[in-house]
Amino acid sequence: MDANMRREIILEHYQNPEHRGLVDCKDYEKIRTNNTSCIDDLTIQIKVKDGHIEDIRFDGEACAISTSATSIMIASFIGKTKEEATKILENYEAMLDERPYDASVLGELNVYEDIYRQPNRKKCALLPFRAIHQVLEESRWD
Amino acid sequence: MNRDDFPMLQGDLIYFDNGATTMKPNCVIDGIVDYYRNYTANAHRGDYDTSLKVDMMYEGVREKVRHFIDGEDASSVVFTSGTTDSLNRIVFGYMKYHLQPGDEVLLTKAEHASNILPWLELAKECGIVVRYIPLTVDNELTIEAVMNAVTEHTKVISIAHVSNVIGDVRPVSEIGDYCQKHGILFVVDGAQSVPHLPVSVTKMHIDFLAFSAHKMLGPTGVGVLYGRKDLLDEMHPTLFGGGMNASFTSEGDVSYREVPTRFEAGTPNIAGVIGLGCAIDYLENIGMENVHAHELMLKDYLLSRIKEINNVEVYNANVSGSTVIFNLKDVFSQDTAVFLNHFHICVRAGNHCAKILKDQIHVANTCRISFYFYNTKEEIDHLIEALKMSDKVFEIVL
Repeated sequence: MDANMRREIILEHYQNPEHRGLVDCKDYEKIRTNNTSCIDDLTIQIKVKDGHIEDIRFDGEACAISTSATSIMIASFIGKTKEEATKILENYEAMLDERPYDASVLGELNVYEDIYRQPNRKKCALLPFRAIHQVLEESRWD
Repeated sequence: MNRDDFPMLQGDLIYFDNGATTMKPNCVIDGIVDYYRNYTANAHRGDYDTSLKVDMMYEGVREKVRHFIDGEDASSVVFTSGTTDSLNRIVFGYMKYHLQPGDEVLLTKAEHASNILPWLELAKECGIVVRYIPLTVDNELTIEAVMNAVTEHTKVISIAHVSNVIGDVRPVSEIGDYCQKHGILFVVDGAQSVPHLPVSVTKMHIDFLAFSAHKMLGPTGVGVLYGRKDLLDEMHPTLFGGGMNASFTSEGDVSYREVPTRFEAGTPNIAGVIGLGCAIDYLENIGMENVHAHELMLKDYLLSRIKEINNVEVYNANVSGSTVIFNLKDVFSQDTAVFLNHFHICVRAGNHCAKILKDQIHVANTCRISFYFYNTKEEIDHLIEALKMSDKVFEIVL
C-alpha cells in the first residue's frame, strides 16, 4: 500500500475514531487493557447477539497506532461471527509477526503491514488485538 | 560541561532523559573495568592481597557516600540494588516492626511507584493508614500543607526530595526540621535529588534516604540506603545468608553481624559500588552547586525558547526544579517522543511511574525533559528546531 494512503487511513481513524465512548449497558462484555511496556490504556466493550458481534465500543488514551488500530479493528468486526473475527485476528497477528498470512481478510488492517520495521510500535498495534481477543473468548455466544 | 568525558555523547545523540538514567563518564567505566581486570576478588573474605584491596575499595566508597550526603557515620550507609530496594527495606525492615495499626504515613500523589506501593502493601499487611498531603495548584509541596496534613496519628512522612514528574524541589530542610520537633520519622526518596543538588542528611534532619547510582553517572544495580544509626540498629534484615550472620547453629540460634554488614547478605555488587565511588569523585570535582545551577540555567533557556512554538503546552513552568513536562496539542506523548527520536533526541513519554499523579494534574501522560550538567543550550536549540517541524509529526511517526 502507498505510504501516503496508509498514513491518511491511520490518521483518519486516530483523529476521528469510530465507536468511541463507552455505554452503560450490561449486555456488553468489558475489558480494560494497558500495555505494560508503554502507556496506552484502552477500555473495550463488546456486545454479542445471536452469534454475531452486534456492537463494539472503546475509550481511553493511546497513541496514534493503538487508537487507529482499535478503530479499524472494531469497524471490521461488527456483524462478524466469532469464527470470522478469530480468523481476522489470527491473520493480523501473523502479519505483525512476519509469518505467512492472508491479506484478503484484513481489509484496512493492511495499513499496518510494515509496522514490524518499528519494533517499538508493534506492541501498540497489538494492544487492541489482545484486548478484543480476550473479550471474544469471554463473551457468551450461545 | 565535561562532554569529552562521556563516550555516549560523542555522536549526535541529544539525551534529555536523565531522570530515567544518566550517561557514564570514562572514569566510571574504567573504574569498573579496573576491578574486573586487575583485582577481582570477593569482599570481606580473604587474607590475600587482592581481597584486601577489594575490601579497602569497597569500604572506601562507603566513606565517599557518607561525605557526599554529609552523614555522620559511614556505617549508616547500606549498599542496596537501587532506590526501590532501599525504600522496600525501610518499609519492610523497619516500619513493619515499629508501626501500629492506625498509625499514619503521609505521602503525596506525585510520588514514584516505589514510594507508594511498599506503603500500600504494608497497609494491607498490618493496618497502617496511607494519606496524601495536598499539593498546590502548581503541584508543589509546601511546609504549610505538610503541617496541615499532620495529625496525632502521623508517624512517618515519606516524600521525594525532587519529584520525578513535576521536578519541584521540596522544602526538605523545613519538613525535616518539623518532623524532628514532632517525633515524626522522615523518609526521603533522593533518586532525583542526590544526583542533581547538594543533600545533607544531617542539616535536613533526614532519618532515611534512598537513592540510585545509575541516575548519578554510576552503574545500574547499585543504590544506597542511608539510615540514622539508632534506627538502623533497630531495622530487621530482609535478606538472610552469607556475610551478614555472626554465628548460627543447627538448632536455630542465630546472631547477626553489626550494621551495615547485617544488611548486605551475599556477595555484594562490588564492581557497581566501586563504580559509584568513581561517580561521586567525578561529581564532587564539578561541585553539586554547579550541577544544579547549570540545570536551572538550561530550564530557563528552554522555557524562553519554547514560547516560539505555538502548539506546545508546558505543565510545570512555574515550578522550582529543572525538569520540563509538556505535550504537543492533539498529539499523544508517545507519538511526540517517537517523533523526537527521529532527530536523535531522547525524551521520556508516559506517566513516569507516577500513575496517581493524573488525579492531580488531570493529564495522564506527558513528555519529560530532564537535564544533567552535560546538556547544552545548543542541544535545546536543536530541540526547538525539531519542535518547529511538529506539524509534520504524523508524516514522520506513521
